[in-house]
Amino acid sequence: MEQSSTVPNGSARESHFAALLSAGEKIEPRDWMPVAYRRTMIRQIAQHAHSEVIGQQPEGNWITRAPSLARKAILVAKVQDEAGHGLYLYSACETLGISRDELNELLHQGRQKYSSIFNYPTLSWADVGAIGWLVDGAAITNQVTLTRTSYGPYARAMVRICKEESFHQRQGFEIMTTLAQGSEAQRAMAQDALDRWWWPSLAMLGPPDEQSTHTDQSLQWGIKLETNDEIRQRFVDQTVPQAHFLGLHVPDEALAWNEGRGHWDFGDIDWDAFWEVVRGNGPCNHERLAHKVQAWQDGAWVREAGLAYAAKQAHGAPRNSA
Amino acid sequence: MQHETASPATPAVGANPLWEVFVRAKRGLNHVHAGSVHAPDAATALRHARDVYTRRAEGVSIWLVASTAIVASDPDAQGDWFEDDKPYRHPTFYTVSDEVGHL
Repeated sequence: MEQSSTVPNGSARESHFAALLSAGEKIEPRDWMPVAYRRTMIRQIAQHAHSEVIGQQPEGNWITRAPSLARKAILVAKVQDEAGHGLYLYSACETLGISRDELNELLHQGRQKYSSIFNYPTLSWADVGAIGWLVDGAAITNQVTLTRTSYGPYARAMVRICKEESFHQRQGFEIMTTLAQGSEAQRAMAQDALDRWWWPSLAMLGPPDEQSTHTDQSLQWGIKLETNDEIRQRFVDQTVPQAHFLGLHVPDEALAWNEGRGHWDFGDIDWDAFWEVVRGNGPCNHERLAHKVQAWQDGAWVREAGLAYAAKQAHGAPRNSA
Repeated sequence: MQHETASPATPAVGANPLWEVFVRAKRGLNHVHAGSVHAPDAATALRHARDVYTRRAEGVSIWLVASTAIVASDPDAQGDWFEDDKPYRHPTFYTVSDEVGHL
């Protein structure tokens, strides 16, 4: 375990930190914490926040083309939630001593990542359903365990996010249900969306345990409470019966119920494809980041005007005597 | 309440200041810390706080405090600065005969 040697009573503080963790207590912002714990937390919360923000793009793509006014209103609310989730998480991340501007900068420079899943395109309306059902479904499976993570502000943000995500998953499943029970063309749309989103949704839960570089330390610090493979298995177990309910085919010929394990067995994930997307070579990596940077630059005058107005108010605006 | 401001590190030049947001869920309840927002001034911060923390009617009132205005106790002073819990401050410390009934 890493610690700062400049901290007085370093070993006492470190044992206090370890005692809090083993007692199941939360770590709070002004507590002493190992440098590596702080760094890991910043990396994880920032990546999560960036994912929420970038995640607005694939769905936002369909707001103007939603098939009804009700669907449009719901999709706007959902995309607005994603922005809100990003803000809860940035707020939590900033308690660790990094500024919002730094976080934006790190994302824009590609030095911090967001979830690989948002680098896939949304080609049809069914993709909006598939994202809610599968992508948000996979995310919730992970996030529910994170409500018990050891860093207090992150855990509290996750509680709030999980409540709101469950609307997202249900609205996605409802879109899929409507399509699956619709015309032949609608069924085909739903199947096509499942075919394209299934594997990326499994991969987004992170590399297999034997390849995951952060897992051991993160488990020890209570940052993670379950491994990627455990969470992935639970997601598959929950989702396969839902696909069957929809009458859709899960695109995995190895998928089979294992009576002995009490779980669904599933096929090998193409990790080379996953890492290609993580490395920046997915279908939409460039577009997503370029759009984010453009939006940030386009909004510069608004931020400047806000600050100028606040400064003017603070110093007493000159009265117009005319 | 332990506040959750960003570290006392000075914000970047031109950065929007940070405001802590407290939300009253309904009448009869106290305001509870919900998170923080960045905004150049209080009126803008209030609108941001409404949009970010009360999208589902979670609040009937919002308090904002500039993060720099919060005074907090020393997190390292837990044991010695806060008084130990004395058992005789609690009703369960005292035994009362059953004959007395509810007391």
